[in-house]
Amino acid sequence: MNRTRDIAVTVNGTVCEAAVEPRLLLADFLRHTLGLTGTHVGCEHGVCGACTVLVDGDSARACLMFAVQADGCGIETVESLGRIGQLNALQESFHDHHALQCGFCTPGMLMTATDLLRKYPLATDDDIRQGLSGNLCRCTGYEHIVKAIRALVGKAGAAK
Amino acid sequence: MKPPIFDYIAATSVDMAIAALAEAGGEAKILAGGQSLVPMLNFRLLRPSILVDINRIAGLSSIEETADSIRIGALTRHYQLETSPVIARHLPVLSCAMTHVAHLAIRNRGTIGGSLSHADPAAELPMVALLLDATLHIMSAFGQRSVAARDFFLDAMTVDLADTDIVTAIVLPKLPPRTGWGFEEVARRHGDFALAAVAAVLTVSDGAIAQARIAVTGVGPTALRVGEAEALLGGHPLEQNLIDQAIATVRAAIAPETDLHASSDYRRHLAGVLTGRALTAAWRRALGCAA
Repeated sequence: MNRTRDIAVTVNGTVCEAAVEPRLLLADFLRHTLGLTGTHVGCEHGVCGACTVLVDGDSARACLMFAVQADGCGIETVESLGRIGQLNALQESFHDHHALQCGFCTPGMLMTATDLLRKYPLATDDDIRQGLSGNLCRCTGYEHIVKAIRALVGKAGAAK
Repeated sequence: MKPPIFDYIAATSVDMAIAALAEAGGEAKILAGGQSLVPMLNFRLLRPSILVDINRIAGLSSIEETADSIRIGALTRHYQLETSPVIARHLPVLSCAMTHVAHLAIRNRGTIGGSLSHADPAAELPMVALLLDATLHIMSAFGQRSVAARDFFLDAMTVDLADTDIVTAIVLPKLPPRTGWGFEEVARRHGDFALAAVAAVLTVSDGAIAQARIAVTGVGPTALRVGEAEALLGGHPLEQNLIDQAIATVRAAIAPETDLHASSDYRRHLAGVLTGRALTAAWRRALGCAA
């Protein structure tokens, strides 16, 4: 019934092989099996956006996918964006604009913003707000997050 | 907040999926985009013994244009619909509706077949399927059938699907020439389920409405067409007194629930206001004006 399945998932460029129960959420696979705790888990039912990762380049809630579904896929988590001392442009912009307070929502905000910047022109601040409407910041620091993303709109390589 | 134990099959063909559904004898659930199913599993509102994952079935997520219709594979993602040039050209009301469906991360995964099968009372896609006279193609190990959208939605989250059925495609007739559309929604937050939403399609001939279609969602157990309001518009140009009559008819035709987010009266009020706006936009577009 709960027999495990062998999966191979490319996470941040590294192939990770594991045997997983079908009910293991992708978010828990990333955090508990791989130790990639940058992906945060808030609500576990797709409302808060904290666990947003990229699946084959498209943003997705890691709490609404099973790890077994990611077999053969490429997953990018917040750890793929940069590292201390080598932040990417989006992370730098969040830093420069004070776009995080407690930081809990930040990984989801960054991964969502990465996909938004790739897919939408984000011509107005309203467009950015609509794009972020699925990500909750309980510090309510939205203004600075919008400004951080605004600063990157139209800049080549902003969300690479 | 973790899903219960279940067995899992990754189907690679529709035949494999319907065989697994038949074998499970009603204990299986189809896993498509998972954006409604997985929350229900995480809350343990559902305990299927097996999930039949259809995400790896090739050819189930295409948008195909035929002479008089658009055929959408059931696994087509919301983001695909939102950005499809074919949909934008022939069914722009659907393109517009998709921008109101949840958030990008949800639209990247969620599917049209899943949304219609789930039939949330405040979802946009059931309303658009009704508005555009969609036909759903359904398969099971026992055969295949087609169901008109207006016969498909039975009650809140209840549709004409057996446990062994899978929706494979949705066919939407193209709109006639000189047809305009309007889509209006109010939600507490962009991407949330509608407190009320209205979509209208008007076909104009000789300066008068030849055919009117009005659909509403969020104001009852299912989305619905408001035939009485459609009937009174036919044969007339869209003038204010006619809009007022349509608004009154829509308000009389619905019985919205009161919940945490809005009272019944407020939803009824909204449905009327949005009807007026959607009809006005549809009329202007049908006449070739910017809405």
